[in-house]
Amino acid sequence: MNSTDNSPGKGTPDGLAADPRFKVVERTLKQYQYRADALLEVLHVAQETFGCLSDELMTHVARQLRVPPSRVYGVATFYHFFTLEARGEHSCVVCTGTACYVKRSAEIVTRLENEFDVKAGKTTADGKLTLSTVRCLGSCGLAPIVVLDGETVGRCTPDSAAAAVRVMLAEKSPARAETVRPVRRRKGEGQ
Amino acid sequence: MNPADLHAMAREEQARQEALRCRIMVCAGTPCLSAGALAVLDALRQAVEESRLDAEIEAVSTGCMGPCSRGPLVKVAVQGKPEIVYERVTPELARQILYSVVKGRRPPTASPLPPDHPYFTRQMKIVLANCGSIDPERIEEYVATGGYDALAHALHEMTPEDVCREISASGLRGRGGAGYPAGVKWNLARKAPGERKYVVANGDEGDPGAYMDRSVMESDPHRILEGMAIAGYAIGADQGYIYVRGEYYLAGRRLEAAIRDAERKGLLGSRVLGSNFSFRIDIRTGAGAFVCGEETSLMASIMGRRGQPWHRPPYPAQRGLWGCPTLINNVETLATVPAIIGRGATWYAGIGSTRSPGTKVYALAGQVETAGLIEVPMGTTLREVVFDIGGGIPGGKRFKAAQSGGPSGGCIPAEHLDTPLDYESMERIGTIMGSGGLIIMDETSCMPDVASFFLDFCRDESCGKCIPCRVGSMEMHRLLRRITSGTAWPDDLRRLEELCDLMGATSLCGLGQTAPNPVVSTLRYFRHEYEAHIRERRCPAGRCTMAAEQEPGPGGKALLHAVGVPGEVG
Repeated sequence: MNSTDNSPGKGTPDGLAADPRFKVVERTLKQYQYRADALLEVLHVAQETFGCLSDELMTHVARQLRVPPSRVYGVATFYHFFTLEARGEHSCVVCTGTACYVKRSAEIVTRLENEFDVKAGKTTADGKLTLSTVRCLGSCGLAPIVVLDGETVGRCTPDSAAAAVRVMLAEKSPARAETVRPVRRRKGEGQ
Repeated sequence: MNPADLHAMAREEQARQEALRCRIMVCAGTPCLSAGALAVLDALRQAVEESRLDAEIEAVSTGCMGPCSRGPLVKVAVQGKPEIVYERVTPELARQILYSVVKGRRPPTASPLPPDHPYFTRQMKIVLANCGSIDPERIEEYVATGGYDALAHALHEMTPEDVCREISASGLRGRGGAGYPAGVKWNLARKAPGERKYVVANGDEGDPGAYMDRSVMESDPHRILEGMAIAGYAIGADQGYIYVRGEYYLAGRRLEAAIRDAERKGLLGSRVLGSNFSFRIDIRTGAGAFVCGEETSLMASIMGRRGQPWHRPPYPAQRGLWGCPTLINNVETLATVPAIIGRGATWYAGIGSTRSPGTKVYALAGQVETAGLIEVPMGTTLREVVFDIGGGIPGGKRFKAAQSGGPSGGCIPAEHLDTPLDYESMERIGTIMGSGGLIIMDETSCMPDVASFFLDFCRDESCGKCIPCRVGSMEMHRLLRRITSGTAWPDDLRRLEELCDLMGATSLCGLGQTAPNPVVSTLRYFRHEYEAHIRERRCPAGRCTMAAEQEPGPGGKALLHAVGVPGEVG
């Protein structure tokens, strides 16, 4: 993220305050009246806006909600949804739910891992692609499912998935997702 | 708004729909959307506009119609004629359908699903009654089907005791998996002393392969809100939370819109329907933790903490959110409530089997011809579900097993195909009803591999609070991996069984207690497959890749398979 030199104990870190995206987080904090039980909702918004949860972002949220930073860190690392690492320009999510498993989605994951030289859950060295897996998207009728930049593609094979990822990487900017949240992006992210 | 206004609103919407010559409905559930339903809807709307037919024909987006694997689905309801569902509709096909409707002809190339198909005739829709026939984003359409009528009836003509009694009499059991009688829970929460009480709808459908709750939340959100409001009135709560799984973005958005609309119309908020009852509902979004489907973890999550369970008793109905009595029900349970209050407990109790009345929604998926969402009376046999409704196994393959109940459930093998699907019968054969995911597997599925899949899931999802679950799931998964990779020791099967007992008996919450179930049940029916993997280093289904080298045993020596050399020390 922007800056890492925030002086501890003081209000908003400079790097964050200057960031226009920060306003969105502030608005959410206010909306929930800085109540500690809104932690998950605030982290959702923070991650959606910034793409990941940086240390300074978490420290700030902890300060605003008056909870220990360890609680925020604990929550952020407990739930699969939150990520502390920046994501790649494009995202590819392979569903590994039971229906997709029965229809061999593991082979799709292996194929993509090999072809794009990235482990599931990680981003490629050039920052272009994040490959991740998810526990069931509830569209089992179309298994196996791959979500490319938020767009669900059903009835995949290792070949068709790899081809679709290649097409996606060749495109310039990622499409905005509407239906699936984990990979939802906003304009301006990753620039 | 008072009940009279509600009825007026319903009549107005009914009249509007009756004045139309035809309603064309496009399924906008997540599976159909990803199959291209939006383009179909756009094409239809454009064609209606171009041909200036807006006054007689309406193209609307609805929730899930059911046979998801055949999407995008389009339903055509011409006034006075039976509805026709078309499968795999493209924008071009949609236009043809529209023009043929205008001319009163059957579209030449479209592929309608026969209305007498067992997929439709064998189902009985109570929870899914409106799914796929109303626009989930218009409250008027829900009201036109009699929506919020049950709430009005409860508020103005019943006491909270009456409502609880009615739910008890209906015999409704919790649809989240455990099957606890809903009436008992409601009464407990009603009688619990406390100034503040809460109602929580559990929409954290974490079971992989289950999506009943997602579909109901997406397709008929007001039904859940109405059920929650009735529950709130019955137990004396004025605040409700819907905990929606983080992955279900569309469901969250539709519920949010539904809450806003209901508040605007006075169907939620203060003085609901002109009564003294006030009820607000907020949405809490999950963040991807399976354990949050467990009620105490879910409450921890609502309070902004890590989703870790705590000891029961006290039960949530006595001490739940912020120490107040809290009624937690699954989304499907709450969605059943308006029907029970509206049509009476006797009617509901007469459906299904004696000890498990009513209907159950299943998400049918895996190796089956027509995958999708179905609702059948309790006690329907698995054979009817798989072969009549689901159309059997594709590719001429043989049915091997159905996995029910997700990571907490078990497998139903072919010899038990005639088992009625209800709580007791399923327990008898070593599985559970669970939330309703039914994954059909054919002969290409390897059962130890399936068990390994579920244990991998539980290992990953274990919250780490108690040791039996945290360490046990890791150890069981390790043993299963050894079996499926052909590097197991002869003693591993015994150790696996020991761990099953240990984890089941000593884990803190349902996740750990039930995590061994997939292993126990596959061992019960497919023990020979485990033995083939261990003794012959062969996968009967041909799915597992066997390692060339065996893992070294204690002391670095490779253990021989054929000879019964004892495994590890201890």
